[in-house]
Amino acid sequence: MDDFYRELIIEHYKNPSHKGELNPNDITFEDENPLCGDQIRIDLRVGADGKITEAVFSGHGCAISQASADLLLDEVVGKTLEEVKTIGKNEILNVLGIELGPVRLKCALLPLKVLKAGAYGLKQASDSLVEE
Amino acid sequence: MEPVSSLTSLDVERVREDFPILQREIRPGVPLVYLDSAATSQKPASVIESIDSYYARTNANIHRGIHTLAEEATAGYEAARAKVAKFIGISNARQVIFTRNATESINLVAQTWGRANLHSGDLVILTEMEHHSNLVPWQMLASEKGLRLEFIPVTDEGLLDLEVYQTLLAQGPRLVAFTHMSNVLGTITPAKEIIRLAHQSGALALVDGAQSVPHFPVNAADLDADFLAFSAHKMCGPTGIGVLFGKEALLEAMPPFLGGGDMIRKVFLRSFTPNELPHKFEAGTPAIAEAFGLGAAVDYLTSRGMEPIASYEHGLTEYALDRLEEVPGVHVYGPPAQNRGGVLSFTMDGIHPHDVSQVLDRYGVAIRAGHHCAMPLHEKLGLAATSRASLYLYNRTDEIDRLVEALYTVKKIFGS
Ligand SMILES: Cc1ncc(COP(=O)(O)O)c(C=O)c1O
Repeated sequence: MDDFYRELIIEHYKNPSHKGELNPNDITFEDENPLCGDQIRIDLRVGADGKITEAVFSGHGCAISQASADLLLDEVVGKTLEEVKTIGKNEILNVLGIELGPVRLKCALLPLKVLKAGAYGLKQASDSLVEE
Repeated sequence: MEPVSSLTSLDVERVREDFPILQREIRPGVPLVYLDSAATSQKPASVIESIDSYYARTNANIHRGIHTLAEEATAGYEAARAKVAKFIGISNARQVIFTRNATESINLVAQTWGRANLHSGDLVILTEMEHHSNLVPWQMLASEKGLRLEFIPVTDEGLLDLEVYQTLLAQGPRLVAFTHMSNVLGTITPAKEIIRLAHQSGALALVDGAQSVPHFPVNAADLDADFLAFSAHKMCGPTGIGVLFGKEALLEAMPPFLGGGDMIRKVFLRSFTPNELPHKFEAGTPAIAEAFGLGAAVDYLTSRGMEPIASYEHGLTEYALDRLEEVPGVHVYGPPAQNRGGVLSFTMDGIHPHDVSQVLDRYGVAIRAGHHCAMPLHEKLGLAATSRASLYLYNRTDEIDRLVEALYTVKKIFGS
């Protein structure tokens, strides 16, 4: 019906498989997009072997940011934090598979920014985390 | 439904011919439906032409050169000031300062009048529905000076709570700074009454006219405003130029804002004496072409008539409110039509405003999504963001119909 809101995006928006919070967790990070108020928190649990065993997100936002978070966390379980640090923006954009203008790009990349800031153990997230 | 244009003297078809951008298609076969004029208005051909011809025929720096171009540029720049003064009911154009935008106008007052006159413990009254540009400058000054900020609350109907205002006035404020029309709720505030009460309690009054001056007749003298701030780009003029009106005695007593050329009378190595009004507040080469454009915008609005524009927009707003409210799951915020201008912020159940805007763009419908630079007001409404459709003299009822149709498509895509 609409080439932008592909079924994949609507499906992950309406029925996310990684929505929730983990308490306790090994890593938690939260950030928001000041332009639109979208807010994403990601909680991770990491196993003894250094691999992520559980990954969930919470917060609120548009279909793009929410679907992007869900699709991203699909990829993350089983990876180490070192591997998470190397995820580039194109990996998530390719999965989303749509053309995004500069404003919506920020929505799509907010979850990756939050995830990587958590993996690096940063105090504050930065756009430079998702520039490549 | 009866076409709105038959009720008023504004001929919207003729108006639309004045705006070249309205011919634009967003993609082949999809014409532009521009419903984002509260962010910035479109520009009529006469404004575009005035800027073009300024650069093609007149371009020179002002207030200095003694050659034909410089004299024509100076005359045009000062003529624009006189037009603006007349447009807001002011006879003495020395009271009209050109700035970059409404935001800079308010900062000018905070940084000059405010810094010179406000002291620790002094009270400044604002409202809960201010744009960030009439909030942050006062927060900055408050933290520097130790001022107290209090806020006139917004009622459930989206109006200012004037009873609380009265109790705040009893605390002896120095300044009341408030919006004449909310850029989120569309609320038109009772400015004259707010100012009268402020003066009664010994306070000055600053009016943020960014949304009012473009849309209905605003007479600064009749309002008895001490300061009035607005931007050209929301009233058919170009970006890059705004206006601060201030009462002459206040402006005279205020220290200058930025230092540099044009704002001085005499300069010595270690000191200067400021120029007279209005130049005292216009340091450096100003936005000359933009002033020509603003002058043309004032001419344009005057030729169409602010009364007819206001009553046309009022009819359109009533129509839009009715049509939006009939869409299931759509909630419109703000007061009923009689107290509001053509700004309609709304939410759709279960669908984020970004997604609404994105789908609407497919149908050529341009609206805004976000907090519209009013985060505290959104907090109060309990919303992270809203969608906002805003109207101007060139909009038609069939464009509202297109908006509503597209909203039904949004619902279909999101299955709600
Ligand atoms: C009520 C109100 N005040 C102030 C402003 C600021 O205008 P500008 O960004 O042109 O300075 C706006 C613009 O969005 C507004 O709507």
